[in-house]
Amino acid sequence: MVSERDIEHIARLADIGITRDEVAEFTPQFNAILDYFDILDQVEGGEPPAPDAINVWREDEVLPSLTQDEVLGNAGASEDGFVKAPRVM
Amino acid sequence: MNVIIGLEIHCQLSTETKLFCGCSTDYRNDEPNTHVCPVCLGLPGALPRINRKAVEYGLRVAKALEMEVLEESEFARKNYFYPDLPKGFQITQYDRPLAVAGTLEIEDDEGHAKSVRITRIHMEEDPGRLVHMGGGDRARYSLVDYNRSGIPLIEIVTEPDLRSPQEARRFLNKLRTMLEYLGVFDGDREGALRVDANISLEGHERAEVKNISSYKGVEKALTFEITRQRNLVRRGQRIARETRHFQEARGITTSSRSKEEEHDYRYFTEPDLRPLRVRDWLEAIELPELPVARRNRFMAEYGISLNHARTLTGDLRLADFYEQVAAVDPALAATWVADTLLGELNYRSMGIGSVPPDRFAGLLRLIRDDAITDRGAVDVLRIMLDQCSRGEACETPAEIVRRQNLGKVTDDDFSAVVRRVLAAHPQAVEDYLSGKKGALNFLVGQAMKETRGRADPKAITRIMVECIGSEGGF
Repeated sequence: MVSERDIEHIARLADIGITRDEVAEFTPQFNAILDYFDILDQVEGGEPPAPDAINVWREDEVLPSLTQDEVLGNAGASEDGFVKAPRVM
Repeated sequence: MNVIIGLEIHCQLSTETKLFCGCSTDYRNDEPNTHVCPVCLGLPGALPRINRKAVEYGLRVAKALEMEVLEESEFARKNYFYPDLPKGFQITQYDRPLAVAGTLEIEDDEGHAKSVRITRIHMEEDPGRLVHMGGGDRARYSLVDYNRSGIPLIEIVTEPDLRSPQEARRFLNKLRTMLEYLGVFDGDREGALRVDANISLEGHERAEVKNISSYKGVEKALTFEITRQRNLVRRGQRIARETRHFQEARGITTSSRSKEEEHDYRYFTEPDLRPLRVRDWLEAIELPELPVARRNRFMAEYGISLNHARTLTGDLRLADFYEQVAAVDPALAATWVADTLLGELNYRSMGIGSVPPDRFAGLLRLIRDDAITDRGAVDVLRIMLDQCSRGEACETPAEIVRRQNLGKVTDDDFSAVVRRVLAAHPQAVEDYLSGKKGALNFLVGQAMKETRGRADPKAITRIMVECIGSEGGF
């Protein structure tokens, strides 16, 4: 069972501010999702398959990168070629 | 009170491309965010692909540290939320790392051999680089450059076997030299090696000091931290188990807001990557000659002292340089490289890479053939290094000798100089003849001055005594 405290903790880890109302709203939703996984766990042969492949590589060869404009096009804000982010310490 | 130190060393591997994508790792002189692609930016749908060379490099290190490579290892996701991680997780290794249980031998503070146990090495991707605008605690916002994001790292974790900051520094130097010899690491790249240190006083809680990014910084951070912890204990206070940040500029550590607990990282197997089964590669990996072997060979092959051999092999490029000039005269070359050249380079903050070996060999030949005095040779060396450091074409030592008139003065030239000095100082000559031997030193000094140090003082003394004797005065 996921408790309201768990929801608050997860929100903190993700650095997301949520209201008391949202905590109350999300708690049953989280539990409903986990309950669904419990159902999946009952499926026969539900074990993860053994890896079908090992040692999948690429060689150490340089490929083109994106341009700075393309990269920053996805950023909410930028400055002097950098992605601008809220203050973090 | 015993000091207990364990290190976690992050080394960037010197591959051409990142760990999981083809972006070039050669980003240091380029604009921010120009060596990134959908994979290292964590764009939706992008899939990582492992760089085979990075795994080979990791195995080379594992072999050199005599580690046990796991039959099967795997990558894992370490989840945390921070702008330097565009995906919201770092791909690293967790409970099935590449290799475990190795050792590296160093000297303890008394000079005795000591084995430091290596717990594990694992591979991971470097996060991006953050620049805090506004400085320190007052930062208003952060700027992020993802060029570093995805650079291959190996993290080498030691057991808490180190007992002093000096020992920790020696360990790091030894490790760095070894990594360079293995050809997997370039220590000249800024930020290529970063260290976290766990440090405690025996019987007390430990602090983890993060953000140490230089070899000197390690010793400084640890020394500060030991003093801080000792003072707390002396005042009867408790040492908190915490993460601390090293402030390089101020030489202190400060408590950082406690981050996630280990279980908050919610590690799980990286579903986008297949496991590694690479233990059987080990046999095929041929290790190059490592520092201790090379040191022993230098002593055997060139007949040089342990101290010289140790200094010369303490840096891969220095050792290579020595071997390029040793043919002139191995003993002479060892002395001039280890004792003179290194000091002159340090003084100028230059690296051995900026000295052309053929020019230095030319200088050694002049010294060997007695064409210049030691003092003249130092002058020539300084002129050469100044030219190199200014990026100018470096003259040959012979050209410098000719231009600066630094050639050794011959016996005939000496006699003329000696005669002039004796004529100019009759009182000193008389003093000498009346038994004041100290007067001779004065006269030799005057003659040395006249030759601007190009003469051998022994030869001057010999000629002077002959002159005074044969001419019953002069």
